[in-house]
Amino acid sequence: MSFFQPHVAKASQKHTLGPEHQPWVEKYRPKTIDDVSAQEHTVAVLRKTLTSTNLPHMLFYGPPGTGKTSTILALSRQLFGPDNFRSRVLELNASDERGISIVREKIKNFARQTPRAQAVASDGKTYPCPPYKIVILDEADSMTQDAQAALRRIMENYARITRFCLVCNYVTRIIEPLASRCSKFRFKPLDPSSTSSRLSQIAVAERIPVTDEVISALISTSQGDLRRSITYLQSASRLSMSTSPPSDITPSDIQEIAGVVPDAVIQDFAAALGIDVLSDAAMDVDDTAKPKVKGFDGVRKKVREIIREGYSASQIISQLHDVIIEHPILNARQKSRCALAFAEVDKALCDGADEELWILEAGLRVHKAVS
Amino acid sequence: MSLWVDKHRPRSLDELHYHEGLSARLRALAASGDFPHMLFYGPSGGGKKTRIECTLLELFGKGVEKLKIDQRVFMTPSRRKLDVNIVQSNYHIEITPSEVGTYDRVVIQEILKEIAQTQQVDLSAKQRFKVVVIHEADSLTRDAQAALRRTMEKYMSNMRIILCSNSTSKLIAPIRSRCLLMRVAAPDADEMQTVLDYVARREGFAIPEDTAREIVADANGNLRKALLVLEALKMQNTDLESSALTIAKPDWETYCYKVADMIVQEQTPARIMEVRAKLYELLTHCIPASVVIKTIADGVVEKVDESLKADIMHWAAIYEARMRIGNKKIFHLEAWVVKVMSLYKHFFYGIDMDGFDDC
Ligand SMILES: Nc1ncnc2c1ncn2[C@@H]1O[C@H](COP(=O)(O)OP(=O)(O)O)[C@@H](O)[C@H]1O
Ligand SMILES: [Mg+2]
Repeated sequence: MSFFQPHVAKASQKHTLGPEHQPWVEKYRPKTIDDVSAQEHTVAVLRKTLTSTNLPHMLFYGPPGTGKTSTILALSRQLFGPDNFRSRVLELNASDERGISIVREKIKNFARQTPRAQAVASDGKTYPCPPYKIVILDEADSMTQDAQAALRRIMENYARITRFCLVCNYVTRIIEPLASRCSKFRFKPLDPSSTSSRLSQIAVAERIPVTDEVISALISTSQGDLRRSITYLQSASRLSMSTSPPSDITPSDIQEIAGVVPDAVIQDFAAALGIDVLSDAAMDVDDTAKPKVKGFDGVRKKVREIIREGYSASQIISQLHDVIIEHPILNARQKSRCALAFAEVDKALCDGADEELWILEAGLRVHKAVS
Repeated sequence: MSLWVDKHRPRSLDELHYHEGLSARLRALAASGDFPHMLFYGPSGGGKKTRIECTLLELFGKGVEKLKIDQRVFMTPSRRKLDVNIVQSNYHIEITPSEVGTYDRVVIQEILKEIAQTQQVDLSAKQRFKVVVIHEADSLTRDAQAALRRTMEKYMSNMRIILCSNSTSKLIAPIRSRCLLMRVAAPDADEMQTVLDYVARREGFAIPEDTAREIVADANGNLRKALLVLEALKMQNTDLESSALTIAKPDWETYCYKVADMIVQEQTPARIMEVRAKLYELLTHCIPASVVIKTIADGVVEKVDESLKADIMHWAAIYEARMRIGNKKIFHLEAWVVKVMSLYKHFFYGIDMDGFDDC
């Protein structure tokens, strides 16, 4: 038997990723609740539960990448320590499992095993190890109403020995009887300075040089979603390491990775629509030697160029929108007309309408509004 | 004998002709041992699929070209059986969700779970992960996308996903943010010409400069189309002198332009009926309705006054969008034709259009 053992160990080793290949979002997931950025209020309340033996049912809600999953995992770890974590914490992806009956079955089995706890954990520290188990239901808002109602009964049945933590993006999609049983914690999109300091820490730990411009490109492309900005940073670093010698990460690398259309392209499009472009970005592309085609044909030509470059329609629309709304010279009436057009275009694109027709539609409507 | 498009398709990253920077990145990523999930996007005929195949070769070596096709049976939640053909090698598997319709979630979940749970048994394999290529990813249902989202994080250790789509707009944000985005722009005119010259040389002839330029202009960034046209022209006319050549439009395209002419020539109920018959003809030949409306609209705007063009395209956009949600494509095509006729008539005779304007 012993002959086989090293073999088995080897096979299972293969399964885990070495730290150098781990996604940074996992590698730099907060280990303790104090390590969670920017959610001071939530952390302050949760810190108290570490010293008391009681914990309410909880409902975490907020946009993606703001630390919901990380916070509950960190809290559980701090409550139970590494040895008991597995026997005390059940993590379920609500929408992953085929139905509520499977969820019920899992919870039943999990709640049945009696908790067992040593005073001192293998890492030499002591943990509170309160006498209950935690069930984490991630993405709870993707459960059907019926499933949520069933869940409510399950919660009641096992209330003595389990605490539930529901995690979701939209609190309004959780049925009232379920929500009212939980303490609610709102997670805010991360503010620029928290994002910036977190990203800088990671850059230092990974020994990659990152300029302030790169950080601000990351902040503006990820809009408070830390998971996204960390992923972008890792992709950018992969690409920069892949050349020899390694090149520096630039803000435009970040934009390309994030699928953002270069400013110059948008400015150029805006100019074709008859909007005066004031920034100097436009100078680079616009060689005045070329005579410009005006009117319908001019707009359509530009749209076709954009389509050939493969940029995403929704991205084009949202960036063109920003240029127009922030434009210093266009008047309110013109901007309103454009806003109406953008709303319709966005709806059509969501319904899966043809991208070329609808970018053209946006272009023609804007052209009409500003001329 | 295979077509030139296939015969001269680059097999490795080194053979790819354009977007050198992109190829270099792919080569480096494949060598790094840190290969991410990827999303290739860009217009059709720009070489996404070829680039993906080259990347797979770079990752796994020759073995990835040994394809087999498996007949597989999947069970839907309502216990219906689905027969699906699956293309795979020892190192990767390819799925086209539109082939399985609304049950794509079931198929994708099954396949991904299966791959995630089986380890690479081939000890000589260059990578310990397998790759799942999902073609036409923009046609994935929301359900299937939601299922992908979790799997992508969970099974990172022995699986990578490569998505291929025309646009990123129809993919949900959590999927986009889990992939490294690879935009594959259409090749520009010079790049296309280089490829045409290359293929011609391999076939043992040279293309006159003018002819090449005409083919490129006609193909509008679609390299596949350009190569097909080149081959067709060469078959008809061996010396390829451009004065003697006309690039034949596909039949359906000519047909669409004829419909455009009919609309501009006469605006009567009788003419609407004639146009309707033609529209049916196009649809029964499986020309997608949105291609039909776009092509006819392009034909119409060529022939009308500048002041009408924007309106005609506006209504084409509106009816194309409605068509996607509605059930009967023909209704919306026809409604658009009526709309265009009335706009045109109004323009010429100043007919009072109350009641038509705000539908
Ligand atoms: N407030 C935060 N403080 C520190 N890291 C965070 C925070 N929010 C998100 N992250 C980072 O983003 C990743 C995803 O966060 P997660 O907690 O899973 O987000 P969600 O709110 O979507 O559950 C984590 O691994 C962590 O690296
Ligand atoms: Mg989460």
